[in-house]
Amino acid sequence: MEKLKPNDKLNIHNILKDLDKYQPKKRGWVWREQGEIKLRGFKYKQASPSLKRFVPLPSSSSLDGIDPQPDCVVTTEIASGRFEDDIRRMRMAAYHGADHVMVIRTAGQSHFDGLLEGTPQGVGGIPVTRKQLRAQRRALDLIEEEVGRPINYHSYVSGVAGPEIAVLFTEEGVNGAHQDPQYNVLYRNINMIRSFVDAAESKKILAYANMAQIDGAHNANATARDAWKVMPELLVQHAINSVFSEKIGIKPENIALSTVPPAASPSPDLKLNLPYAVALREFFDRYKMRAQMNTKYMDSSTREATVTHVLNLLISRLTSADIQSTITPDEGRNVPWHIYNIEALDTAKQALVGMDDLLGMVELRRDGYLYSKKRDIQERAVLMMEEIIRMGGYFNAVEEGMFVDSGEYPERNGDGISREIDGGVGSGTVITRDPDYMAPVTAHYGYNNVAQYDESAVDNPAKLIDGSTFEKPEKIQFIDELDETDNVYLRLEETEKYRNTNLLKPEVEWLGDGVITVDLFFPTSQKIATEAAILTGEKMNLKDVEVIHKEVLHPSEGTRIQIKGKVDFDIDISKLKMPEEIKTLSEDEIFDYVKKHPMTVIAGTGGSDEHSVGIREVLDIKHGGVEKYGIRYEYLGTSVPIEKFVDAAIEMDAQCIMMSTIISHDDIHYKNMEKLHNYAIEKGVRDKLILLAGGTQVTPEIARKYKMDQGFGRGTKGIHIASFLVNQHKAMMKNES
Amino acid sequence: MKEREDNFIELRKALRNFTDLELKEHFFLLSDKIVDPLLELGQKYTSKSIERSVLLRMGFSSIEAKSIVDLLHEHRLLRKGAGHCVYIISKDKELSIREAGIQIGEGHHIDYLLGVFKKNGKTKTKR
Repeated sequence: MEKLKPNDKLNIHNILKDLDKYQPKKRGWVWREQGEIKLRGFKYKQASPSLKRFVPLPSSSSLDGIDPQPDCVVTTEIASGRFEDDIRRMRMAAYHGADHVMVIRTAGQSHFDGLLEGTPQGVGGIPVTRKQLRAQRRALDLIEEEVGRPINYHSYVSGVAGPEIAVLFTEEGVNGAHQDPQYNVLYRNINMIRSFVDAAESKKILAYANMAQIDGAHNANATARDAWKVMPELLVQHAINSVFSEKIGIKPENIALSTVPPAASPSPDLKLNLPYAVALREFFDRYKMRAQMNTKYMDSSTREATVTHVLNLLISRLTSADIQSTITPDEGRNVPWHIYNIEALDTAKQALVGMDDLLGMVELRRDGYLYSKKRDIQERAVLMMEEIIRMGGYFNAVEEGMFVDSGEYPERNGDGISREIDGGVGSGTVITRDPDYMAPVTAHYGYNNVAQYDESAVDNPAKLIDGSTFEKPEKIQFIDELDETDNVYLRLEETEKYRNTNLLKPEVEWLGDGVITVDLFFPTSQKIATEAAILTGEKMNLKDVEVIHKEVLHPSEGTRIQIKGKVDFDIDISKLKMPEEIKTLSEDEIFDYVKKHPMTVIAGTGGSDEHSVGIREVLDIKHGGVEKYGIRYEYLGTSVPIEKFVDAAIEMDAQCIMMSTIISHDDIHYKNMEKLHNYAIEKGVRDKLILLAGGTQVTPEIARKYKMDQGFGRGTKGIHIASFLVNQHKAMMKNES
Repeated sequence: MKEREDNFIELRKALRNFTDLELKEHFFLLSDKIVDPLLELGQKYTSKSIERSVLLRMGFSSIEAKSIVDLLHEHRLLRKGAGHCVYIISKDKELSIREAGIQIGEGHHIDYLLGVFKKNGKTKTKR
């Protein structure tokens, strides 16, 4: 397939074409290249090289557009239910610095006994299938080339089909996976024995594929009533999965602990979270840290969630993070939308880069509360382990309800999750291997009597069948679609009119979904404001209006409400009146040129017009006006007679006149533009002067029609004018010579 | 678990003399003790999902793997390994691995397999 071009949309039809023949470019997890970088004279210590293509943070417009990348892998979770739409979001996310894309599975997949195939639509996630994985991996293979950094693709190896999913992931070039049998046991009520037996096989496969593994311990603090009280247990859960994984063969550097700061403000966030973060990293220093953000204490306020997440990032910088996961700030109210994936990524990038080398400047105090609390958590975890062993091991402890109890160990509140050893989904389904049991494949865990056929194949059982799919991917069987009524082709057909045509529709997650949000304030109580907001949406002709956020500003004086709703019209791009684009030069180019060719501008509001705000903004250094680039200006004030502009220009040996004007009913502004032009000719200086007209209603076309060199309308910035001046001045110099 | 008070102050006395490093080492020794019996389960047992995952690696689709495993399970043959069964048929009947598996999935060769393993069990000879 052809390389992606930044100005061309990714063509989903091309991704799906000949997919049965596509093979992923590589296997295994990739960490970022790390080291000190220098950008625009700044030194960053905890950093990685810049991307080839990117969208920088908004404020980087004042810093030459630099986009410093932090040292850790940055994760975004994308799964809207339609994998084809998610691909576009993945591309946007990659431009904003994501190099770990996680796909959430659709509700119910973990209880499905086997693999799903085809591309049905999902709920709260997507059905993870071979076709879906291959299409997304293929797209990511192109996207990673476009941004110039490998992208890790990731999903879940859990449920009752773990080993099959692990094989599928290896075959399809998935680079990371969640795998933790405790998650199956505690949260999916899958039989314990079955979970650990399957997990052993799954982990052996992950180890073979060099995938990074993330555990599921963080779910305990998402489930427990008071999340911070399960901290000792979290250490225990991390240990069980990590040690189990390592003994099966996963390299410690590929074992990542999923850790979420359990508490969130208004609780004393750092006082609760920091000792825990230190305790964890001290015990588990041979493994990697996947720092996830808090979801437990999220409501519908995206602002509040963002602050919580920035505090989480502070913990990452005060301790460590090898993978920094991001949670979208809208997760408290809906399945994440495009814009919030990007917001979360920007939040992480901004905060991590902003806190670069924090521990090079501050130190965690070893005397006092922090380390004493840290030790306390560790000791509690050790005591819990000792009791598990006294109880007869892990299974008995789970049966007794030892885990996810809301009491801080050794306190017990009697509300833990209890599972019976022979209960749950898939109980009684494990089968004892006979002495002649055999499996002629690569990465198979446990007893395997290959020697009965070929002693020389003991270390390579797949030799018996001339290689498994892991060595010979051409052996993989690809299934396209199984459901004629629910697949990607039908969905694409429905939205085809928005794909590479003139039609456009607002969108939050799916092409053509038409969803918009309206941010409102009503000077009344929450109850009334809620109903008023819905009616407002309906009066705006929105369909399916829903309140997605409300916040009391005062019980009676005011309420903030956000609603969402759908519009049912399309925008025809061909009918849009597009403003002329003014090409800008880089700031350095302008500085350099003006240094060599000093310029003076005569400015003012022409005729009998007292407006002055707009023109000051493109002149003053304070507002990023032309002065910023070393261009001198002489401001003549408002209601300046036209002749005065030219006379002043001659007197001051200026190169340019900037006349501000508003459109008036008697066409006086057009006349003023022509008058300025004519008077300059009369004085014999027209060819030495650049004449510009500006104002909110001025367009380049109008200005040029009335003999100006250029016109500048709404949204003009100093850099636009300065760029034009430099280019025009260059052209004039050329003409003269 | 039964409700109980936080008696940490009392319990921690036993750990007081551990240095931080010793505490960590102790923690991981305990982890080993908890985890080792779990690893044995993986050595000893298999499951339908594991067997299907073996067949996937042998070049069968998920649908084919499911029908083969379901059928072998019905005849209590998964304890021999689903891949093993396919391998025997492929070898003994001179079929490709895929042909052998698909035929098993269609219900063929089961009696033959039962016979092979019965004989095997009796003589314990190396095949």
